[in-house]
Amino acid sequence: MSELERLARLEGDDLPVLRLRGVRKEFRGNTVLDGLDLDVPEHGVVVLIGASGSGKSTLLRCANLLEPISDGSIHLDGEHITDPRVDADRVRRRIGMVFQSFNLFPHMSVLDNISLAPRRVHRRERREVEQRALELLERVGLADKAREYPDRLSGGQQQRVAIVRALVNDPRLLLLDEVTSALDPELVGEVLSLVRDLREEGMTMLLATHEMGFARQVADTVCFLEGGRILEQGPPEQVLGEPEQPRTRQFLQRIIEAGRL
Amino acid sequence: MALRNPAAEEDPAAARASEPRPSPLEAERSVLRRRQSVRSVLVGAASTALLGGLLVTVLVGSPGWERVRETFFDAEVARTALPAVLDGLWLNLRLLLFCALGALALGLVVAVMRTLRGPVFFPLRALASSYTYGFRGAPLIIVLYLLTFGVPGLRLENTPSVLVLGGIALVVTYGAYIAEVFRAGIESVHPSQIAASRSLGLTYPQTMRWVVLPQAVRRVSPPLLNDMVALQKDVGLISLAGPIDAIRAAQIATAQSYNFTPYIVAGVLFVLMAIPLVAVTDWVTVRAARRQSAEGAR
Repeated sequence: MSELERLARLEGDDLPVLRLRGVRKEFRGNTVLDGLDLDVPEHGVVVLIGASGSGKSTLLRCANLLEPISDGSIHLDGEHITDPRVDADRVRRRIGMVFQSFNLFPHMSVLDNISLAPRRVHRRERREVEQRALELLERVGLADKAREYPDRLSGGQQQRVAIVRALVNDPRLLLLDEVTSALDPELVGEVLSLVRDLREEGMTMLLATHEMGFARQVADTVCFLEGGRILEQGPPEQVLGEPEQPRTRQFLQRIIEAGRL
Repeated sequence: MALRNPAAEEDPAAARASEPRPSPLEAERSVLRRRQSVRSVLVGAASTALLGGLLVTVLVGSPGWERVRETFFDAEVARTALPAVLDGLWLNLRLLLFCALGALALGLVVAVMRTLRGPVFFPLRALASSYTYGFRGAPLIIVLYLLTFGVPGLRLENTPSVLVLGGIALVVTYGAYIAEVFRAGIESVHPSQIAASRSLGLTYPQTMRWVVLPQAVRRVSPPLLNDMVALQKDVGLISLAGPIDAIRAAQIATAQSYNFTPYIVAGVLFVLMAIPLVAVTDWVTVRAARRQSAEGAR
């Protein structure tokens, strides 16, 4: 039995939504991810912390198949998604992603941004899709912005629209890549409280952040990344409170000095 | 969470009502500004009049002016030639419409072909890039001669008319320029837009159709319209192959009257025909600039 056949389908009762095993990513001779193992259980919130360039964003992009991996395997709900025969477009439909710089489509209204994937990919009815989109906008306090274009919104509003755009497809997993890093400080709160709400509703999330206070609040598991490896992982009180690794302590020390804890 | 209400911010009436009276400093400044602008308008008007007068004096005062006026600006000849030239212009207009649509469609297809990735698409990619390399460099006149004289020379059955062949020459030559304009537009769309679209599950063609091309076309519409204005002029080159368009009609009239005025008539008509398109181009350019500055100010 070939390795690919063996990995094709994982079976088990408490299978994680996302499972990474030995994931490597090399980019122009640099090792960005260096044999990484990670599980994101159902309804779990896993937070990645670490300096810029530690591989957080790359890890998220690989999980979404936006980047091909160099070695290892990734499973989504037990399905081996890094099998070259797998249709990447179908996999991405089950994963939502929110980016640091929002990446809303500037030529479309808020409503059209949100309805694009449900209508074109999931082939749902326009009326039904727009009704659902409006409900979600209502929930994030942006119902009155449905007809606006993204450049008329503040950064925090844009990011909330981007989150709704990912949610409207009912993803199994939500990837959040430093969703507050491009925001003015006074707008960070509105986005973070939305993520906290999602956690309450049981959304499975894998997120990268520089906001340690936020990580402490939402994380079930915090992973400290350095040099493309997970140096330390555990509950937030342990990793952020009493880190075992000297590198983790150093990193947190620098963050405290920068006034972000 | 309504953070601000843009409608209230932008109501000009409300803004004016609450506007404070200008301070003495500002009042003094605006008087001075007005005086400066009056002075610059006067200077501008005077210099324009001076230059215009000078040009007319040189032209009319030149020794050969009488002769040139008779051979190029004869009202009688112009009146006689006008109906035939107008008839020809109708052909130019129809040809322009078809060639513009053809060249835009061809350009778009070639531009998209050049963006395809993966070894499967190598032949398409190679075809598209050799086409743009070849036809951007090829002089239109040569392509025109080759198609309108060369192809009928093959004596194949069902050879299209010279008019259609000439139209094809225009389409393939302009298609190459337009393909490059489209490609520039496609490449100007930030990769993060593509990442966002793909992360939503859209396929590559869907991403092109809904995310990349709408933004690309919007961005390159000013240069595209500029190419359309150029095409409008070059449509006149079809006269070299024989069809009686405005320029050909002018040539015939010139040969009959030994007077160049019909060419001037055709030239003026071409300029008039271009004015709407040029105006639209300017308007679109200004609008695009305004849009971009609004985005930049965010």
